[in-house]
Amino acid sequence: MTRGRADARAPNLDEPVVVRDVVKRFGDTVALDGVSMAVRRAEIFGFIGPDGAGKTTLFRILTTLLVPDAGEARVLGMDVVRDLWQIRPRLGYMPGRFSLYPDLSVIENLTFFASVFGTTVDAARDVIAPIYSQIERFHDRRAAALSGGMKQKLALCCALVHRPDVLFLDEPTTGVDAVSRREFWELLGQLKASGLTIVVSTPYMDEAGRCDRVALVQRGRILELDAPGVIGSRYRHPLVAVRGGDRQRVLTALREFPHAVSAFPFGETIHYADARSGSDPAAIARELDVWLAQRGLDGARAEAAQAGIEDVFMDLMETPRPQAAA
Amino acid sequence: MRTLRFLLRKEYRQIARDRMMLAQILVLPVIQLLLLANAATFEVTRARLYAVDLDHTVTSRALIDRLVSSGRFARAGSSGSMALADAAMLDRRADVIARIPRDFERDLLRVDAAPVQLILDAKDGAAAAVTRSYASTIITGYAAELGAARPGRQAFALGAPAPAAPRVEVRSRAWYNPGLDYQDYMVPGILVELITIAGTLLTAVNITREKEIGTLDQLNVTPVTRAQFIAGKLIPLWSIALVEFGVGLAVAAVVFHVPMRGSVALVVGVAAIYLVAALGIGLWVSTIAGTQQQAMFITFFLMLIYLLMSGLFTPLRSMPDWAQWIAHLNPVMYFVRIMRDVLMKGAGPSDIAPDVGILALYGALVFTLAVRQYAKRSA
Repeated sequence: MTRGRADARAPNLDEPVVVRDVVKRFGDTVALDGVSMAVRRAEIFGFIGPDGAGKTTLFRILTTLLVPDAGEARVLGMDVVRDLWQIRPRLGYMPGRFSLYPDLSVIENLTFFASVFGTTVDAARDVIAPIYSQIERFHDRRAAALSGGMKQKLALCCALVHRPDVLFLDEPTTGVDAVSRREFWELLGQLKASGLTIVVSTPYMDEAGRCDRVALVQRGRILELDAPGVIGSRYRHPLVAVRGGDRQRVLTALREFPHAVSAFPFGETIHYADARSGSDPAAIARELDVWLAQRGLDGARAEAAQAGIEDVFMDLMETPRPQAAA
Repeated sequence: MRTLRFLLRKEYRQIARDRMMLAQILVLPVIQLLLLANAATFEVTRARLYAVDLDHTVTSRALIDRLVSSGRFARAGSSGSMALADAAMLDRRADVIARIPRDFERDLLRVDAAPVQLILDAKDGAAAAVTRSYASTIITGYAAELGAARPGRQAFALGAPAPAAPRVEVRSRAWYNPGLDYQDYMVPGILVELITIAGTLLTAVNITREKEIGTLDQLNVTPVTRAQFIAGKLIPLWSIALVEFGVGLAVAAVVFHVPMRGSVALVVGVAAIYLVAALGIGLWVSTIAGTQQQAMFITFFLMLIYLLMSGLFTPLRSMPDWAQWIAHLNPVMYFVRIMRDVLMKGAGPSDIAPDVGILALYGALVFTLAVRQYAKRSA
């Protein structure tokens, strides 16, 4: 890959991915309802949102597989509709579903994808080595016979084998066990360190913290876009985490508290949001301890908590929004 | 070109690995050919013959004996009454009535010609035609023998329909297939059907499979162009279908003794052109089908048209005009015709040039349509 020449075509490489007012409809369904955003160079950018939010549609537009109905998308400074043949050799794409040849072996898949990009596995050795070394001992095995985590690593190798400048990973960790997920994010961290721009989507909000910046997506719209910590700090309610006790009863009791905005399970705790903005969470925690004790839930302990991206997302989801269709 | 080579290598590797597909390509068609060629028979054994002998002479009785002893006919009854014969046919006790008129022997001796009337139950038109041709052959042969037995006289023929003027004789000779051996014309036709179905189905399913497992998307983000992808798919399938055709041709020659009067290289060459059309249809199916199952259903729909509107089982001329129009859109029709012309009549390149031209045009058209459709879908 001759990056120098390609760079000449890409004047705006500080933002390798730029999306402006993109709209995509499928019949009556609006999959993307005017999305605008930009990805910075060598960052991990995450699209976070539930299934059906429009993440995959946006990925397919950015990877030149779909044409937007309106708006404009540029990858490496090139238009995804007009310059698709210039873009394709320079992007890596890993679809959400395992999409390699199940009847070909690990090495055959890898060699094949290298060859259609006009390169070889050896030429990409340094890029894929950290990942490929983990599956190399299965090189003769048919892809169909690999475990979920192995398949995912093979798919990542195939997406990287031509040394792309931008990598698009559509829900790479869906259906993968927790250990493999952690390993996978560590690999992404290494790739990013080597200067690769990575765009990733996930329905798991706990993975948001692994991204440099995230966009919260719902119903084809971006609700928030910023670094995960910044988004968390924008949380407008005092937040309390409650631990212990009978979970279901505690949840019910919290929701009955007069100032409650919401209460939902958050890992091992329950996150409680209070309507009195500006109040001290620690004071509210003490109130809650009393409230719970009065209801015989002595085992539960409340303490002030730092809002995370999941809290913001839950809040955004629960806030009624004016609908475009209305 | 390098990219195409890699695509081809991958495709052949996958095909070689897929046992089901190999069986589907190389074994099943041979089994089908062996089965169908024996089942799709127009041969009629033991048609039930009702004799109405109004002549009652040695010659007339000998004629009836000759018909029955040929093994093609079984005696269903005889009488001097047409009414009884009619009733027998209505009751489905007789398939054919042979009416030998009074003075049959005398006319035969005196004017060298005499009519015999054959009345056939033509509910099953194909069977009736075959029965008629058997009877004509036997009667003609019998007459020839009588003539030969008397020196100085030429053989004379007699036959249906009657009543005929004494000098109006039916001399039927089945050219190119004197024995009306149905296998000679069915086997090449069935072989064409088989490679058409296999070619269309394999192409449709194979490409739809890439769509279904998502590898088509994966390929679409690579610099592989549409033309390369399609060529990478079709060249292997085309070559396999051609091999299959060759195997079938060998089976036709060795097992069924189908005559190879014309050039075998010529039919293989035409098959190479023809398969472009057959595979093009498969490609087109794959552009409109989202899953392998859908691809199969669409192909099955096409398959019935392929089969029944090709002139293979029923003559084109007996179809209504609109059906003949559809049949003329069926590439199978042309190739079946070419196969029969070359193998049975020994037709040469110039004889079949118009049909080959149509096939080539057809292939180009279907192909263009399919590629354009494919381009639209992947936009």
